[in-house]
Amino acid sequence: MDIFSLFRRNKTASKDTAKERLQLVLIHDRANVSPEFLEMLKGEILEVISKHIEINQNEFDIQLTQTVSEDGKRKVPALVANIPIKQKKQ
Amino acid sequence: MGEVIVVTSGKGGVGKTTSTANIGAALAINGKKVALVDTDIGLRNLDVVLGLENRIVYDIVDVVEGVCRTKQAFIKDKRFENLCLLPAAQTRDKNAVNTEQMKALCAELKEEFDYVIIDCPAGIEQGFKNAIAGADRAIVVTTPEVSAVRDADRIIGLLEANEIGNTKLLVNRLRIDMVKKGDMMTIDDILDILGIELIGVVPDDEDIIISTNRGEPAASDMKSRAGQAYRNIAKRITGEEVPIMDLEESAGFVATLKKIFGMK
Repeated sequence: MDIFSLFRRNKTASKDTAKERLQLVLIHDRANVSPEFLEMLKGEILEVISKHIEINQNEFDIQLTQTVSEDGKRKVPALVANIPIKQKKQ
Repeated sequence: MGEVIVVTSGKGGVGKTTSTANIGAALAINGKKVALVDTDIGLRNLDVVLGLENRIVYDIVDVVEGVCRTKQAFIKDKRFENLCLLPAAQTRDKNAVNTEQMKALCAELKEEFDYVIIDCPAGIEQGFKNAIAGADRAIVVTTPEVSAVRDADRIIGLLEANEIGNTKLLVNRLRIDMVKKGDMMTIDDILDILGIELIGVVPDDEDIIISTNRGEPAASDMKSRAGQAYRNIAKRITGEEVPIMDLEESAGFVATLKKIFGMK
């Protein structure tokens, strides 16, 4: 370690930022999913669910993330949707 | 029966050609019969990196078109008696060769050489498809930068899709001083992201620029750290187990002093 690093403790190491950004962009690259595609998916899911339940549209969120595969050996892409329900339609 | 190894990266400028030249030279020094094939048609450079640019008569396109016999196009390196180069054509484009022709060429070369090392062009188009067509395995070259690692990931996916197994990673131009400051991704960070095995780490080394200026592969310079890294990689290719070299230790006394005083 050199003397200068003592003055930079409070900042995140740039290599960690690089790694995080890479991991995120690679999830999208690997699954071949574009932001436009996600928006389209979001729209259609909203449409189907809204037929039956009233949901909070502003907080409806869908994301592509990573999860560990069933055998626990590989990382696989996963779609995660967060759909807050207002109330069931009568 | 030899083995065909493609050196590829996706991104340009990460050191594919330099790595091809040095791995080839190191294998030849170890007594293996090596053919280097430049498939970067239109942008050939393996010849200048090796210092063989003045001896080109025929090229890879002449071979696949039957203008000359394969043997006639090969340039024998006088410094390394086991090393031969098949240069790319400079005035043609990537479509001058197709994948079937590459497969046939690789099959022919495997009969004669222990190792056929293919220098792949940057990109993922026809040139890449040709370069991997006849390959048994691949070495993916990257540097510790987001753009190079991202492209390496894409290439690894494409190699898998083309059923090329046993793909190994070569991390080039690592700067241990930056890694220690937390300003460069570590080897473990990169391996964690890409999920493939490591074949070697080449430190960022001025010797590479100097040796390329002269057209002499650094692998033949016993004092060069990058050359040592390439010699180790060549040994790993032949199945020998060599530990990844300690980049810090080999940085030398002066560099260590500089580091203590924060001069580097």
